Amino acid sequence: MRVLRSLSTPGKYVALIAYLVFLAFPLLWLLSTALKTPPEIARIEPTIIPENPTLENFRVAFEQQPIARALLNTVVVAGTSALITVVLSIPAAYVMARYRSAVSRLTMLWVLLSQLFPFILVIIPLFLVLRNAGLYDTQLGLIIVYVVWSMPFALWMLRSYVSGIPVELEEAAAIDGAGKLRALREVVAPLLVPGVVAAAMFAFVSAWNEFLFALVLLRTPELQTISLTLVKFIGADGVARLGPLAAAALVATIPSLVFFAIIQRRLVGGLLGGAVKS
Amino acid sequence: MKSIVRRATVVTAAMSTGLVLAACGAGDSSGTDDGPVQLTFQALAFQPESIEANKEIIEQWNADHPDIQVEYLQGDWASVQDQLVTAFEGGTAPDLVHYESSYLQDFADRGWLLDLTDMISDEMKDDIRDGAWDAVTFDDSVYAVPFLLDAQVIFANKALLDQAGIEVPAPDDPWTWDEFAEISRKLSDADTYGVAWTLKDPANRILNLALNFGGEFFTESDGASEVVFGDAEKEVLQRIHDQLYVDQSAAPEAIGMGGSDPLPGFFDGQYALLPKGIWFRQQIMDQAPEGFEWVTIPALKGESQTQAAAPQTVSIAAETEHPEEAMAFLEYLLNAENQATLAKGDWMIPASEGAAENEVLTETPDWPVAAASGAILEQAPFQTVRGYEEWKNKVANPAIEEFFANSLSMDDLGSKLVDEGNAILERYQR
Repeated sequence: MRVLRSLSTPGKYVALIAYLVFLAFPLLWLLSTALKTPPEIARIEPTIIPENPTLENFRVAFEQQPIARALLNTVVVAGTSALITVVLSIPAAYVMARYRSAVSRLTMLWVLLSQLFPFILVIIPLFLVLRNAGLYDTQLGLIIVYVVWSMPFALWMLRSYVSGIPVELEEAAAIDGAGKLRALREVVAPLLVPGVVAAAMFAFVSAWNEFLFALVLLRTPELQTISLTLVKFIGADGVARLGPLAAAALVATIPSLVFFAIIQRRLVGGLLGGAVKS
Repeated sequence: MKSIVRRATVVTAAMSTGLVLAACGAGDSSGTDDGPVQLTFQALAFQPESIEANKEIIEQWNADHPDIQVEYLQGDWASVQDQLVTAFEGGTAPDLVHYESSYLQDFADRGWLLDLTDMISDEMKDDIRDGAWDAVTFDDSVYAVPFLLDAQVIFANKALLDQAGIEVPAPDDPWTWDEFAEISRKLSDADTYGVAWTLKDPANRILNLALNFGGEFFTESDGASEVVFGDAEKEVLQRIHDQLYVDQSAAPEAIGMGGSDPLPGFFDGQYALLPKGIWFRQQIMDQAPEGFEWVTIPALKGESQTQAAAPQTVSIAAETEHPEEAMAFLEYLLNAENQATLAKGDWMIPASEGAAENEVLTETPDWPVAAASGAILEQAPFQTVRGYEEWKNKVANPAIEEFFANSLSMDDLGSKLVDEGNAILERYQR
């Protein structure tokens, strides 16, 4: 048995390394392509390490498209959307999980049904609604759309997290003299952090990567998000300027990586710690 | 309690900051009542040279016309259809729109495009090729000004041609399809395929080349269009199929390729000949390794060299508030001198005959071949068929791909194109 256990450890590390390579390889290839000249990109034998690395693709990308401004626009839109989604979802999810009522059931039904609507079905009515409300070609309009689009899933996720927190904890806090608000703040909220972080990550990534809503609802070049800017490196007949596209795409991943690095620790924090002995 | 208030304040401040930033980030798409006329022009320029050409033209116009100012918007080919349909439906389309002729009839039928028939100057009418005007005219109304044309030519690895002792044909003495098949066989060996046909979404290209043998795919009677599939329509399909599966001189892996996919193999000598549009010269110039020699072979000849004129165009939105000003800018944008610059930027053929003689173009690689290609372009029957785009996307592209993948016979292909195609066309004619 000890021999089997010791053999499995190297195996685990091999599997882990293989998985890391699988995850990281696309990013490495992106970096590699961003540093290559056009002839090297078009070579029949692909090279991982560029033979004549160049920063020309980055220069071209930044010179020909407003990458920095698009990134800032996307940070504002995605960050605000994620924040509003989470702030609105938390109290709603708590009520849905703790208080069974017709309203809760209807809300759950809306959450499920809304996931069935494909984008193409709603885009023109949505466009008309926003235009009539004076929100066409505004970041605010786009944020509202992203919040509405990601809230159902965030609600569903947070409701499950709240349901997983034993109600006995709140009762125990009440017995100890804590009011409802204090119980929520000091008992429930810390345990909800992983769920809140997961919902925020989902909303942020959805907004960050989203393309079609932004395409239809934004027109002014100064407002365009990074997904709209990246597609400008692709021309007719599917021809792409791969070098500048790779450079721009690489730069576009940085804010997401930073965001994930900051909040990913919270995913494993705040776990239940034997507060209730059953 | 204080910490609750503090945290709530922080969250509220963050949300408010985001909302304020977003509200400040509102596009100002309306001009003032006093002051210059503001026009928007959405271009699909993609290559840096083309984008620069567009911007320089607009800058010059704005400098010369302080009372009519034009804003440049850059669209993209990949998503322009969705974007324009939504914009036109919502009444927020740009004043001037760069697109291609194949969608004009559909847009015109929906009332989205301005009829330019009586607005175009005689000078512009005389300067632009008749075939290009035919491609933008529907029911005797002109809905766009054509400016960039493409033609199907062949790019060849010059070193491989020289090794095989094959001479490059002159524009006035092109290869026939039979000669092309023979040369492809001659160029094929253990390491090289004679030709790489990139056949992703092949319908437009096949219908285009079918004109070499009089294959029209559509007939019209009493105002109604019907799909036809006779010997003339089968000719090019059969020839390419034979190259793939009889001669085996065509690379099978290229069937699913599109865009620049075949270039690595072309540069590596795996494919000797590469049939592509004339604009593809730019891709080869940009990505070829040092020392790679290549040449442009003129369009092939069947019964004729005829190909479809499917120009890129600029239209004026019917909803524009300034049609005369928009037309004035359009006349300037697509005058002979500017068409030459724009064609150079995209490595295509200008619809303007005056532009074709501009040295900006005549000094580009293999220009005589490109210039000769412009003379073979005519309006094709499929360009005036209502429902063509739906037929192409739903029936023709998948069926022709299956045929070239050898999983559909010629007869079955014909049945699909005709039966399923006519069912689609019938809906457009009710």
